[in-house]
Amino acid sequence: MRHLSTALAALYAGLIYLFIFLPVVVLVLFSFQDGSLPVPPLNGLTLRWYEAIFADGKLMAALGNSLLVAVISSAVACVLGFLAAYAFARYTLPASGLLRGLIVAPMTVSTLIIGLGLLSMLNISGLRLSLVTVGIGHVVINLPLCFAIIYASMGGHQVNIERAARDLGAKDWQVMLLVTAPMLLPSILAAFFLSVTFSWDEFIVAFLLSRFDVTLPVEIWSMLRSGLDPKTNAIGSIVFLISVAFLVVMEFTVFRKTGKSS
Amino acid sequence: MTADLSIRNATKVFGAFRALDDVSLDIAAGEFIVLLGPSGCGKTTLLSILGGFIEPTSGMISIGGRDMTHVSPAKRPTTTMFQDYALFPHMCLRDNVGFGLRMRGMGKAERFEKAFSYLDLVGLKASSAKKPHELSGGQRQRVALARALAVDPDVLLLDEPLGALDLKLRRQMQDELKAIQKRVGTTFVHVTHDQEEAMAIADRIVVMNKGRIEDVGTPASIYMRPRSLFSAGFMGEANFLPARVLGASGGEVEVETALGRVVLPASAFTSGHPVAGRAVTLCIRPEHFRSANADAPTVSLGRGRITGSAFFGTHHRCHVSADGTTLTAHLPQTDSPEVGAELDLRLKADSIVVLEDGAGV
Ligand SMILES: Nc1ncnc2c1ncn2[C@@H]1O[C@H](COP(=O)(O)OP(=O)(O)OP(=O)(O)O)[C@@H](O)[C@H]1O
Ligand SMILES: [Mg+2]
Repeated sequence: MRHLSTALAALYAGLIYLFIFLPVVVLVLFSFQDGSLPVPPLNGLTLRWYEAIFADGKLMAALGNSLLVAVISSAVACVLGFLAAYAFARYTLPASGLLRGLIVAPMTVSTLIIGLGLLSMLNISGLRLSLVTVGIGHVVINLPLCFAIIYASMGGHQVNIERAARDLGAKDWQVMLLVTAPMLLPSILAAFFLSVTFSWDEFIVAFLLSRFDVTLPVEIWSMLRSGLDPKTNAIGSIVFLISVAFLVVMEFTVFRKTGKSS
Repeated sequence: MTADLSIRNATKVFGAFRALDDVSLDIAAGEFIVLLGPSGCGKTTLLSILGGFIEPTSGMISIGGRDMTHVSPAKRPTTTMFQDYALFPHMCLRDNVGFGLRMRGMGKAERFEKAFSYLDLVGLKASSAKKPHELSGGQRQRVALARALAVDPDVLLLDEPLGALDLKLRRQMQDELKAIQKRVGTTFVHVTHDQEEAMAIADRIVVMNKGRIEDVGTPASIYMRPRSLFSAGFMGEANFLPARVLGASGGEVEVETALGRVVLPASAFTSGHPVAGRAVTLCIRPEHFRSANADAPTVSLGRGRITGSAFFGTHHRCHVSADGTTLTAHLPQTDSPEVGAELDLRLKADSIVVLEDGAGV
């Protein structure tokens, strides 16, 4: 009986992981397909699709754009989120609970709605669609997340440390830059890397708010319109690989750090 | 550097609660002052007012003769050592200690040199590259001290700096604190609720209760000649014997107690003057019951019976019952008091302190 239930549990766990990872495995596997269709049967292994995407100027430009937008928009979201969290944690603001709720609220709104809203705002303001507008969109999406993560890590025990800094002559900006931000670095980095990974594969806002220069997900989408092709599998695998890389970096820089100093 | 400090009628009200109630105190330059009192009596509030972290509702603070009441902490010649040390967790010890100097725009080389010299002062020079989390509690406490002293404050404010240390380390750090204070000459204002600690380090102790100052004086005068019931009770064990003044004449006062009439010198009244008919309280330290054989004038409270006894190393602590009153007496360690034995309750007349009822408690 015991053995049976252990076996069933293992089987169940195996199926769950299979369910989650099978699509990725299939995607990666058929990116090596020696043929022009990424569907079974697997005819043999080749690297030529990878060769093709690295030779594809448009695709590489989109990849560069994506990284640029992800890093810059995440940095901006982190700075804004940090400042907002600092204000809420250190000062008594009027209607502070309500205001905090409002900052976090966009997390529950679909990106489609946010994208459409931003699109009409940009139309009214006359700002032309570009990577900058995509970046603005990503800041809007990621700011609530960054705020929530950083705010959660600001506790009362840091108040005395900031007070000590002030007592020793630090001005407000010096306290924030030299004391508060470094103390919160683990959570700031966590917020940064999470929002980089979100921005990295965000499609809807990037699609709605870009025109000539596009990010990678948008470029892949236009590739897909011309039909399935192992090339899309190859670029998909690259996207996946970079996401994993971000996660690994985050794991090492953020969680190692918190584990050690606490 | 060092400076005197003056607090005039400082009051702090939180909502409807008076955390500090009309406190006035003068502190001389280079003095080691200890604020002593039970939890919630307003010690931290007073210290925060001195450091500039909170403004008094009314009253005035001046340091070195300059009005500091509304000056921000950064601009005061004070630094604070916090109870939780408040070290910068991401900086090495050298940078922690040098932080205040960096804020003052001091160059790197000079700053590091000064930081090293202060780390040396607290015996941690060899650990200058370590981070605070690699240190023990006592070591962190030393770093906090070095950091606060590195900017050459006139006044150092310490809020229960030894509170988190175990007893042995605390006693050791007390001596170190005292020695360092002597060396740098800075005025120290130190908060604690441990009366032994207060006696070990203070030049003068300020006993606080419920937002007020109960008593100020050297450890010996606070212990031997307390000016309030609270102060007498907080500074160690004491027997309180209710009494009534019968009359005063020629420097002597006769009082009536449950254990009979006694005649005391008028100087036994540390607060107020003897007025016939007034209710007072005699305060008798338990160890004073031993001095019955001295030449000095003695007072007898009759005889008592020992109802319980325990050995405390330095003394035997005995409960004594006399005429329905229970007293505590500390007898010499060489005695061997036995339960049921009789004890002559005789003591030096000048060891008794008479306090007016309503003064403190
Ligand atoms: N910001 C505040 N708001 C309201 N009440 C306060 C505030 N700060 C202190 N109090 C109250 O004032 C009183 C004195 O507080 P304080 O911190 O000075 O006590 P303390 O003597 O330092 O006690 P402890 O030994 O426990 O540290 C307490 O009853 C406390 O509840
Ligand atoms: Mg306190």
